[in-house]
Amino acid sequence: MKVLLVAEYRQGRLAESTSELLGFADALGGDVSMALVGSPDQLPGFDGRLHFADAGIYGEYDSELHKRLLLQAVEAETPDLIVFMHSSYGWDLAPRISAALGVALLSGVAGMDGDGFTTRCCNGKMRRTVTAMTSPAVLTLLPGAFPSVQPEGVSPELHPMAASGVPVVEFIRYEPPSTGGIDLTRSDVIVCAGRGVGSREKVGLVRALADALGGEVGATRPVVDAGWLEHGRQIGSTGQSVSPGLYVACGVSGAIQHLAGMKGSGFVIALNTDRDAPIVEVADLLVVADLEEFLPLLTAKLGS
Amino acid sequence: MNILVCIKQVPDMEASFVPNRGGTWFDETALSFRMNDYDEFAIEAAVRIKEQLGGTPEVTALSIGPGRVVEVIRKAMAMGCDRGVHLRDEEAASLDPWQIASMISGYASTGGFDLIFTGMQSVDRGSAQVGVLVAERLAIACVTTAVGFSYMAGRATVERELEGGAKVVVSCALPLLVTCQLGLNTPRYPTLPGILRAKKKEIVELSPGQAGMEKPLTRVSGFSHHVSRPSGVVLEGRLDELAGRVAAVLREKRDAIRRGGVR
Ligand SMILES: Cc1cc2nc3c(=O)[nH]c(=O)nc-3n(C[C@H](O)[C@H](O)[C@H](O)COP(=O)(O)OP(=O)(O)OC[C@H]3O[C@@H](n4cnc5c(N)ncnc54)[C@H](O)[C@@H]3O)c2cc1C
Repeated sequence: MKVLLVAEYRQGRLAESTSELLGFADALGGDVSMALVGSPDQLPGFDGRLHFADAGIYGEYDSELHKRLLLQAVEAETPDLIVFMHSSYGWDLAPRISAALGVALLSGVAGMDGDGFTTRCCNGKMRRTVTAMTSPAVLTLLPGAFPSVQPEGVSPELHPMAASGVPVVEFIRYEPPSTGGIDLTRSDVIVCAGRGVGSREKVGLVRALADALGGEVGATRPVVDAGWLEHGRQIGSTGQSVSPGLYVACGVSGAIQHLAGMKGSGFVIALNTDRDAPIVEVADLLVVADLEEFLPLLTAKLGS
Repeated sequence: MNILVCIKQVPDMEASFVPNRGGTWFDETALSFRMNDYDEFAIEAAVRIKEQLGGTPEVTALSIGPGRVVEVIRKAMAMGCDRGVHLRDEEAASLDPWQIASMISGYASTGGFDLIFTGMQSVDRGSAQVGVLVAERLAIACVTTAVGFSYMAGRATVERELEGGAKVVVSCALPLLVTCQLGLNTPRYPTLPGILRAKKKEIVELSPGQAGMEKPLTRVSGFSHHVSRPSGVVLEGRLDELAGRVAAVLREKRDAIRRGGVR
């Protein structure tokens, strides 16, 4: 089995997830090579062939240029698998490689199952086993699904990649995340409001519980998108990553992108009407209850 | 200007899913369906451009699936899309992203679309592939994960979401396909007049063959619950009694944290 891993680099940094790509390759075994449009000052610790292009020359990510560069690495390696992370880079670029080669793409791979791979579906509630019917095949890996492997004291053997052409998409600027000064990372107790809270008005029930516990209010993305709470309270892969001692998830289904931001929490209590919600995967205690009725009772008991 | 919006009908994720007979996807019998969350943002983005340009662009809403998906096409039209295309396939749930993309691009290649909007993914499959595959097959530009979008004089400016809530702002000439992320805008609710108007709008029905469906590139051999068993304790029962028990646990944990106890 020949595996070509595609590492990521942005804004001066090689992505930490490179170690997960290596972890996947380790779990699979076989001949491993890598491709990277990055910086010569930040090469991955890896002792194989690295197909490399300097981001200093190619500029910020342009899907068309990166596609052309990567296709060279694919041609040179003739891999069985071309592996990305399921990240803003991976889900943008992997389908382009799949389309260019006319080969299968399996997104969000979380494990292996026979000659196939498992992926999550239905908001993380269910899983599927999917097998590629082409070779090569392209994969994107679910962040956090494979262990990190960081070989030390090794360096890659560089093979240059080159491509020409003008970017199709013009880069204008980066914008850093804005949290409006809210820092949840220091809170010991977080009570998180999910869409199951039901309305902006009922977020007050969550706040009352947070107050009773002396904690902060957090939110899932839909709650922020709906404007029920400030963006700075969003927890997850595109919000803050928190690890409080106590995390109370109110009406939170537990989507992968939310779990990514709270997995490090100590004791997790989930309040949910759905006893199969994926949040049970990380909950120490699941209370099957309707929030509207249950939260006032709970907050009252804490007060007494 | 011609705009295409690709939408999908998905089940409520709170449902309890039972594998179908082949064990490849869920059994639909007891499920209720609605529009994929991400696609509502796609429709809103398209309708806003139509409004911005004084109503001249024609907005087509396309959905692939069995007869029931006409509901989401009607909803899209009630939100302001002008016409519908139903690529009717009773077995659409068994198709892979490649096949779905082959049909959409097959249809779109005949339509001369300047802008195509899709959701960045569906909540049930979550593959995030179809939009990009369609763009690549049509050989047009594509920007994924849009959380901001504006159009002026033949160019679009898109804010693309990155990890941790950071963004990158890019600009691109049309034709362009944009995959829409949650929070891109505030999708409108269909109004009663909108719903009534939608009933009169045209929906063209096409077969997979007419849209140029290709063969699958993947095969599904299993579908099961991801979490077979909760990792912790599950409490159910009378709420006042539960409240007492949960309050006791919360107090204990909070006090342990205050004492600087082990997390
Ligand atoms: C690239 C990307 C990045 C993302 N980043 C993030 C992120 O950073 N953070 C984030 O949170 N999400 C993120 N998401 C979105 C994520 O996929 C989910 O859509 C989101 O987390 C769901 O939020 P939720 O749990 O509040 O809502 P839902 O998934 O709608 O869940 C609501 C829950 O409430 C329960 N419920 C309903 N009514 C009641 C009631 N009366 N009482 C009790 N329970 C009830 C339901 O059973 C359900 O489990 C991202 C998605 C993508 C694609």
